[in-house]
Amino acid sequence: MPIIKQKDYKTWKKFDRKRDLQNWLCWFLGTLIFSFCFGLISSKTIWFYVFDSHNEALDLLGRMFPPETNYFFTLIKPIWDTLNIATIGTTIGTLIAIPLAFLSANNTTPSKKFLRPLALFCIVSSRSINSVIWALLLVAVVGPGVLAGIIAIGLRSIGFCGKLLYEAIEEIDENQIEAIEATGANKAQIMTFGIVPQILPAFTSISVYRWDINIREATVVGLVGAGGIGIELDAQIGDLAWAKVSVILLAIVVAVVFSEWITAKIRKAII
Amino acid sequence: MNDKKVIWKRKPLIKNRLLRIGLILIISTYLLSVFLTTEIDWQRILEGIPRGKNFIFAFFPPDFITRSDEILAGVFESLWMTIVATIVGILISIPVSLGAAKNIAPKFVYFLSRGVITLSRSFQEVILAIFFVKLMGFGPFAGMVTLSLSTIGFFAKLLSEDIEDINKSQAEAIKSTGSSWFQWVNYGVQPQVMPRFIGLSLYRLDINFRESAVIGIVGGGGIGSTLNTAFDRYEFETAAAVLIVIISIVMIVEYTSSHLRKLIK
Repeated sequence: MPIIKQKDYKTWKKFDRKRDLQNWLCWFLGTLIFSFCFGLISSKTIWFYVFDSHNEALDLLGRMFPPETNYFFTLIKPIWDTLNIATIGTTIGTLIAIPLAFLSANNTTPSKKFLRPLALFCIVSSRSINSVIWALLLVAVVGPGVLAGIIAIGLRSIGFCGKLLYEAIEEIDENQIEAIEATGANKAQIMTFGIVPQILPAFTSISVYRWDINIREATVVGLVGAGGIGIELDAQIGDLAWAKVSVILLAIVVAVVFSEWITAKIRKAII
Repeated sequence: MNDKKVIWKRKPLIKNRLLRIGLILIISTYLLSVFLTTEIDWQRILEGIPRGKNFIFAFFPPDFITRSDEILAGVFESLWMTIVATIVGILISIPVSLGAAKNIAPKFVYFLSRGVITLSRSFQEVILAIFFVKLMGFGPFAGMVTLSLSTIGFFAKLLSEDIEDINKSQAEAIKSTGSSWFQWVNYGVQPQVMPRFIGLSLYRLDINFRESAVIGIVGGGGIGSTLNTAFDRYEFETAAAVLIVIISIVMIVEYTSSHLRKLIK
């Protein structure tokens, strides 16, 4: 951090000249990229609609209020379905993620050359396809309904849980395993008494965390027909019944805040 | 104990016996009620299996060539959208995350910022996109606004947690020099959260690209639109190609961003 001498006094600057120049260059390039990208987007935008959007928004808000509160009672079943999609989906996802995680962790994998890359590929491809796209595919296969949603959420959860879990397995304390080994335990016993207790806290917090995310995701898989509150949302938007839409949105906020609260409670209890 | 063999048993996970049995009961009743209330149409699934098979076979071989122009245009549109949305989202998130840090903001601002974060986190990108497409018309602009707004919830939440964990004495040292509030944030707080800031930005760039593939389905532009068009035209070979393109780009982006994050650490 240089001190710059002026004629009659000294001032302090955070960076020297070279670093200043570098920073300036970074900002310049960043702004250039940003304006280039924005230019491309704006060339595809009909600005009239954008500038008119505040009127449209006011109009929409006017139609949304007052919410049709009676409608809430028809929503109970879809909300229950959403909850089930998230919970059962998370359960299935974590159950499949456990063996995958053991296969892809460096220290537990039976074969580094063949099984590990395969398991890693499963994890990555599950992660890179969004649950809505999974649902889009599954609705065509198993038909619209809750089951498609459950499978979509489950498939998407595999990657997330598998990745975090195998990282947790790679970080375990080897000494404890050696201690179990020294008692003459076989492979399965080492697994249950040496590895499992060490990753159990991580496992619980990962699955609870994923459950929280899945509640959010379960609200949208219905948009493509895979069950839950999303189906209602899609139907009411299609009907332009905005007073009902606002009830659905409120229900989603409540469900998400509720799940976040539960998650925080459980995580506190574990840690 | 004298004549019996002494056997060691693993301690149960939950010590309280009542709680243990209660939990098992609750979980099993829950599972039972789920099975009773969800309608699963086995007939439809049995019918769906051959249909699904046809459906999956229709994806092969992936056809990159027929619609290659549209695929390329979609990918690039997604990329522009992602870059602009991430930058705009982060710029908005900075004041929000300062407001959502307990140790910096006054109570009123704190609750306001937390409210903004919760609201932005509650709604999935797709739901937001439906509304913005309605408000602003089809195209990448609506998608960009959606992504920027959902960036706030993620970015501001995690950054504000990091701001709350800063080393207080460093920040106080800056304050004791008589700095103004902005100088205090710039020299006392910002250097401490910078590594996390860069890491989060890269991570969010990666997430935004993934999400841009979905919001196109509801009209938000980008590669998702290409995917949706392919589905609507029953050109499953093209859809397969788009999916493969999405997966490979996501893999590349994720690999580079995790590599970069490791470098920064």
